[in-house]
Amino acid sequence: MRFMLLQNYGQVESGCAPMTEWTPEEVKAHIDFQIALNQELTERGELIDAQGLTGPELAKFVVSDGATAPVVTDGPFPEAKELLAGYRMIDVDSLERAIEIAAQASAAPGPDGPIRQPIEVRQMMSAPDPEV
Amino acid sequence: MNQTATPEGLLRELAPRALGVVVRRYGHFADAEDAVQEALAAAATSWTADGLPDNPLAWLVRVAARRMADQYRSDEARRRREQLAASWSLARPDPAPEQDDTLILMMMCCHPSLTPATAIPLTLRAVGGLTTKEIATAFLVPETTMAQRISRAKATIRASGEPFSLPPPDQFPGRVRSVLHVLYLVFNEGYATSTGPDLARSDLSGEAIRLTRSVRARLPEDSEVAGLLALMLLTEARRMARTGPDGELVPLAEQDRTQWDRLLIAEGVALLAGARQQGQVSEYQIQARVAAAHDRAATHDDTDWAEIASLYGLLEQMTDNPMVRLNRAVAVSMADGPKQGLAILDGLDERLGDHHRLHAVRAHLLEMAGDDERAVAEFRAAAARATNVREQQYLTTKAARLATDRTAHGTGGPGTSSGRIVGRG
Repeated sequence: MRFMLLQNYGQVESGCAPMTEWTPEEVKAHIDFQIALNQELTERGELIDAQGLTGPELAKFVVSDGATAPVVTDGPFPEAKELLAGYRMIDVDSLERAIEIAAQASAAPGPDGPIRQPIEVRQMMSAPDPEV
Repeated sequence: MNQTATPEGLLRELAPRALGVVVRRYGHFADAEDAVQEALAAAATSWTADGLPDNPLAWLVRVAARRMADQYRSDEARRRREQLAASWSLARPDPAPEQDDTLILMMMCCHPSLTPATAIPLTLRAVGGLTTKEIATAFLVPETTMAQRISRAKATIRASGEPFSLPPPDQFPGRVRSVLHVLYLVFNEGYATSTGPDLARSDLSGEAIRLTRSVRARLPEDSEVAGLLALMLLTEARRMARTGPDGELVPLAEQDRTQWDRLLIAEGVALLAGARQQGQVSEYQIQARVAAAHDRAATHDDTDWAEIASLYGLLEQMTDNPMVRLNRAVAVSMADGPKQGLAILDGLDERLGDHHRLHAVRAHLLEMAGDDERAVAEFRAAAARATNVREQQYLTTKAARLATDRTAHGTGGPGTSSGRIVGRG
């Protein structure tokens, strides 16, 4: 089963300061944690892809009617916290395992211990059973 | 067995035999498997450039043995080299017939301690002779991820300490069942594909059929093996008719039956007849009989639904699987009417939860019963919970079509015909 584990720019439940206000050591510990988690998932044969996205500052919204010039909106966006920050795509045996990995990712280290970042777990669409 | 016309086909056929010889000679399944993989890769290049060697199997074994020796020669592997030397000194000139090696290898690769997700790629590589890259591509994961999955599988087998031989008689049937389960999953992966938008990845189904044939060659008396092979052939026979021009799913009722492969059907039916004479009814056999009942019917209306309903009844007794009951409900509805089918769905909510298949079946039966309003709601509920794109599209279209027809009937005004044309597309 394939899942996307998504995280956005919203508040983390630990209520800690934004990462830009952490000490360099805290930032390094956080990044090392993410790298180690990806490494672990690769070694278990579960990781398909992991990517971080550039920040809301560079985001654009595009709306078009297919005929006239598209409307392109630059930030800042009032709903910036709902924007996707990054994702992991995993291939695992069960939903339980996906939740286990999400829990691990949620407990990434911050200045005051685990940051408790909400991780959205979404199963990816696949192909149907043979006898549908 | 006759894929040997191409070097690739020959390599795939020789892969398990070469591995069997190397493991038998040197022990160390995990290392031998790596070495044979390298020998296969070398052969693919060298045989294409220079032509086939006189004895291809001996060539592969020689190259693989050299790789193993190289591997053990490095200082880091001193300990393992000593182990290897020890295993050499114990070298048993085992007279066991070479063709049994394929079965032994499958039983190792489908070890009960492995999850299917790890047993499948290991089987495809060690027994099927596919490369890691080919397997990774088929399952749409990065090659490194697949390589890790395979090496973890081998580590598990190594830790089990199981000798390279057929399991004792008391474990034998269980191990055959594990092998058949893995082959069944490989077939389904190819037929349905649990990943990606493409319905048909026939290479995996073809590989599953080839490997199941080779199991059957070793266990011709086993009715469950025959049942599984029959199930695969009778299902595979419908592949061409199963998708429309744009890759969309075509339900059984709407398939062009002239596209079904009559040769595969004949072979599957003959296998089933043989298996039934051997007595002992197995799950795969019953599923194959359901497939045969569909394949036999000249049109959807000719289908013997009463037979299919009773087959699912038998299967439900054997497995107590709620999904089987879902299928039985459909068959009973076709045989005796939707009311009877809907009654069978009672109580499934607790066991299946909010599963899209339950909503989908209920929707179909409600539609059959003429309760369009509730059918639309159930089709929508099913579409919202679907776990694959094709089914979601199909269910959404069904809901839209039914809702449009309802509106059309309700108003009877202009514009209704266009809605129907769209609906029928």
